[in-house]
Amino acid sequence: MGKRFRAPADADGSAAASTTLRALEDVTFEVGAREIVAIVGPNGCGKSTLLRLIAGLLTPDVGTVDLGGQPVTGPDPRVGFVFQEPRLLPWASIRDNVGFPLRLADRSEAERQARVTELLEQVDLAAFANARPHQLSGGMRQRAAIARALALEPSVLLLDEPFSSLDALTRERFGLELLEIWERTATTIVLVTHSIPEAVFLADRVVMLSRRPGHVVAQIHVGLPRPRSPEQVDTPAGNAVALQIRHWLADGAEAPASGQMEAMRT
Amino acid sequence: MSAALDEREAAVSGVAPDRTLAHRRRLPGWLLALGGVAVLLLAWKLLVVVAGYPTFVLPAPEVVAARFVRAWADGTIEPHAAATIEEIVGGLIIGVGAALPLGALLGRSRLAEQVLAPYFVAAQATPILAVAPLIVLWFGTGLVSIAAICAVVLFFPVTVATMVGVRSVDPRLVEMAAAFRATPRQRLLWVEVPAALPAILGGLRVGVTLAVVGAIVGEWAGANAGLGVLINLARGSLFDTPLLFATLLTIALLGIGLYLLVVFAERRLVGVRA
Repeated sequence: MGKRFRAPADADGSAAASTTLRALEDVTFEVGAREIVAIVGPNGCGKSTLLRLIAGLLTPDVGTVDLGGQPVTGPDPRVGFVFQEPRLLPWASIRDNVGFPLRLADRSEAERQARVTELLEQVDLAAFANARPHQLSGGMRQRAAIARALALEPSVLLLDEPFSSLDALTRERFGLELLEIWERTATTIVLVTHSIPEAVFLADRVVMLSRRPGHVVAQIHVGLPRPRSPEQVDTPAGNAVALQIRHWLADGAEAPASGQMEAMRT
Repeated sequence: MSAALDEREAAVSGVAPDRTLAHRRRLPGWLLALGGVAVLLLAWKLLVVVAGYPTFVLPAPEVVAARFVRAWADGTIEPHAAATIEEIVGGLIIGVGAALPLGALLGRSRLAEQVLAPYFVAAQATPILAVAPLIVLWFGTGLVSIAAICAVVLFFPVTVATMVGVRSVDPRLVEMAAAFRATPRQRLLWVEVPAALPAILGGLRVGVTLAVVGAIVGEWAGANAGLGVLINLARGSLFDTPLLFATLLTIALLGIGLYLLVVFAERRLVGVRA
């Protein structure tokens, strides 16, 4: 069930023309089943590219993505993707939007209805099944997007800065809801985020990327017990983890003192 | 009325019709339109009276109105109108049926556009008046030929609108569909066509009115029945200028009716998108 991602450093093949921008370089990490991993890094370090590679939306020039022992060659039914914006079909009802992956997978009308009803309950949108996306708030729309990503019961949920368009309070509640969904479903979560508190609150492990071309500079274990609450971020343990992340972010691509590096790498 | 039309046309490029104008002047809307008609009729009547035109040159509005009512009551116009409508409906089926797939193809593939666009534009630049007799020569006098002529004239705007519409699809929605493993066919059916629908219907608004013109032109090239034939009869052997005007009125009303039908479909299918 583990997920393995590998893109070796020697991306300088003949195909790499001088005009092409290399977003990532030598990124290797593994994600265990049911683990929550946050990818954190400076702007433009290729976080979103990395997530799209894992999802099979992009094909790496060099390297492979493995999911449960099989290479990912294209969009995979075992993966659910939540984009930075909700990306709902504006002309379709919330019900049809959430059921969209089921329709694409040619599931029967009855199965679709049953599953969508269940999903809408899960994300607390049952009352809005027939509403159009523009009638909902930003947070509700993003919840619908998560329900859609869960429609085919994926083993891996990928989220690309899913909270970035939400206000602070909604973000916090949203994080809690995501963890609740995670408790109920057997999913592995990989999320890209800009927010250090968010990474500390949600993740088991934080993968730090350097500036472009991004590579893994550190992996930080967040040892906070579960179930988590947002307050845990403000405990000494939470603050210590946040400080580490901040340190790596500030250093960016610069190589830190080696002793420090060993202490943080796991 | 014309301001409202302009605003609608401006919205053709892909968004739902703008209703701000209607909101700003809630009361006058229909009243203004009615007033416009009254002014037009008055000016017409004034012209006839002042200039003293005889009826066979320019009949007064009330003469035309009376002739219109009588021609419909005694069945002079009806069979011709029915024939023309039949031709237009046939033309719409053929023309839209061909324009949608071609427009989608041109919108999706730059290569297809490069290869096909020259023929396509050349065909549009060729006057239908010149082509119509050829079509009648090939398909004979009557329904099939004239439907084909209608199809030809509405083909261009609907194809271009479809092409533009398919291109205007939000690439983020396309990526979303890809993430959920949409096949090319599913992407077309569930993402691209719905997204392109406002633009397609905008093209169809232009298309249906052109189809009316196409039908009349086609009937002049060769037909035994139809409003175009009736125009020829009224100004020729019958020498009935009021009937000619009554027929023109019928054609205009037909155009308006078809246009409003598309607008209605648009309201139903597209609705409010925000």
